[in-house]
Amino acid sequence: MLEKALQGKHAYWGWILFLLGVISIGGIFYVFQYFNGLGVTGMSRDVSWGLYISQFTFLVGVAAGGVMLVLPYYVHDFKEFGKITILGEFMAIAAICMCLMFIIADLGQPLRALNVLLHPTPSSMLFWDMIVLNGYLFLNVLVGWVVLHSHYKDAPAPKWIKIFIWISIPWAISIHTVTAMLYCGLPGRHFWLTAILAPRFLASAFAAGPALLLLVALIMKKVANFDAGEKAIQKLTTIIAYAAILNFFFVGLEFFVAYYSELPGHTHTFDYLFFGSHGYDNLVGPMRFSAFIGIVATIMFLIPKCKQNTTLLPIMCIMIFLSLLIDKGLGFVLGGFVPNPLGAIVEYYPTIPELGIVAAIWAAGALILTILYKIVLSVEANKA
Amino acid sequence: MDVKRRKFLKIAGISAIAGIGAPTAFSTLLKGEVNASSGGGHGEATEKSDAHAEEKVVGKQYGLVINTKKFGQIAGLAEKCTAACHAEHNVPDYGNPKDEIKWIWTESYNHAFQGKSDHKKNDALKNLPILVTCNHCANPPCVKACPTKATFKNKDGIVMMDYHRCIGCRFCMAACPYGARSFNWKNPRETYANGEMKFYPNGINKEFPTRMRGVVEKCNLCAKRIADGKLPSCVEACGDTKGIIFGDINDPNSEISQVLKNTFTIQRNPTTGTRPSVFYII
Ligand code: SF4
Ligand code: SF4
Ligand code: SF4
Repeated sequence: MLEKALQGKHAYWGWILFLLGVISIGGIFYVFQYFNGLGVTGMSRDVSWGLYISQFTFLVGVAAGGVMLVLPYYVHDFKEFGKITILGEFMAIAAICMCLMFIIADLGQPLRALNVLLHPTPSSMLFWDMIVLNGYLFLNVLVGWVVLHSHYKDAPAPKWIKIFIWISIPWAISIHTVTAMLYCGLPGRHFWLTAILAPRFLASAFAAGPALLLLVALIMKKVANFDAGEKAIQKLTTIIAYAAILNFFFVGLEFFVAYYSELPGHTHTFDYLFFGSHGYDNLVGPMRFSAFIGIVATIMFLIPKCKQNTTLLPIMCIMIFLSLLIDKGLGFVLGGFVPNPLGAIVEYYPTIPELGIVAAIWAAGALILTILYKIVLSVEANKA
Repeated sequence: MDVKRRKFLKIAGISAIAGIGAPTAFSTLLKGEVNASSGGGHGEATEKSDAHAEEKVVGKQYGLVINTKKFGQIAGLAEKCTAACHAEHNVPDYGNPKDEIKWIWTESYNHAFQGKSDHKKNDALKNLPILVTCNHCANPPCVKACPTKATFKNKDGIVMMDYHRCIGCRFCMAACPYGARSFNWKNPRETYANGEMKFYPNGINKEFPTRMRGVVEKCNLCAKRIADGKLPSCVEACGDTKGIIFGDINDPNSEISQVLKNTFTIQRNPTTGTRPSVFYII
């Protein structure tokens, strides 16, 4: 779909129309949810966060992943990333917009969202998350726009923007760290209560973000004559490989702590997620699938023959991305609620309206990304 | 490892609270003593800085002692408490577990007391109905997590909700280690065509507001009744049985303090460091 969409004018607008269609359908579901309450979702007293917050958590990682391009390019002067760094920044913009939409979709009283600013509460990690996310959005819009604009004018980027680029690097780390802190500071949730959470989040983000970017770059190369450069692509595969290895290493450590110590609080959720617990196993299939494709793809990313194979590479990117999406965007958040604080297991199944809203937010993200990338392509075409 | 770390943090925490006037919490810790008199008059002194030292008390802290023995003896008493509370506070009845809202309800021993097992324990314990509700923790994680201060601790130590400020983010529900909080997934004020309330089959109590959709709610320790000089509804429902005792656990002369002083009680999940104000006689 995307391939054709970028080919001609027709296909481009066809793609846009398709996205707008998904957004409209999801929009109708959102209106339905708005007037009927979050009862239209599958969430309950026991699993009080569902797909909205889990997708949000994953997408913060995708946004932070952009730093894996910004850092080598600006700090280490890795010239080969010159063409795609802007793509990383624009991907971060789209991902953060999706995060904000997911948060709003999840609020029981969305019209009161500004209460977070009217009654600032520094003890709440959600307060900080809102600050770092919006700050990161601002930084990427500013940097992306200024850099692209000077590129367009054939002028070097102004000196002052460097400051913001430098700030954006630790800021990217901060968004996912603070997002991890939403979870890992809660005393009663054993599965989340782990100091390794922020590093684990970051590792998975630095694999998932670049994997998505690489996938998009490969598609753009095919359909829009946008060549990121072989060197850049190979560098990205190395980044993805190392980040994915770190991620699975951290997950392995979690497994060790749980199953060697055999502390029930630590094993219970892992049991539920990977083996099923007391007959409840609705996440076992997805979680095993996620682990399998994730590990296979990571190994493939280490094999030069696979990395250089242009048919395999996009598939490997999809595998890594999907694996981490399931792991963080499903199992991690939902698993934290099992068992509930009273030791009971309640399973969650998203409803049709909920899935519709999730699809609409993904479509909105894709729309933002498409438009931003179209701008980049036009600027490039102008120069050629 | 975990226990050690927690212990250390706890010691450091207590030292930090008690040692405000001291050079650093650490030096206090190293001296092996906590000097409470330098803590700005935060109540009784703590003798030794061991990890199980008595926790500092500040101001009023209303709480409950639930005598589970009485509830084991008197059939239906627990249900009576739940009914009284839910009627008093217009807790809607949706008739399904997904949308369920509850302020006080019954659990089994091993569910209520996480980390305690009923393995090889007597049958009486296994069948004991344990009333659970909000613990009005002295150190409530729900309050810390709330991004709008819609959940807050009042001057009486009650953890309260401001239904008009709550944005419905449910961070507090993830933060509460007791599952004490419920969310209004639906609009509790929904009516049938004839104007009858859908989710209040027994009508509503005009003295207490109903909630709107999209906000969190929980036991408020009957803050309004207390202000009116009445006892909490669940306490009142127990009549003369003394199944539940209410009072200020920080006032050494209160009845509840006397009971706590003279009876062996336990709290739910004290290892979470929340310092629950609801105690149980088993
Ligand atoms: S029991 Fe839960 S809701 Fe009540 S004060 Fe403690 S943490 Fe908050
Ligand atoms: S749901 Fe309401 S009370 Fe709970 S944390 Fe969010 S704003 Fe605070
Ligand atoms: S103290 Fe009041 S609000 Fe809390 S459970 Fe008892 S009756 Fe309900």
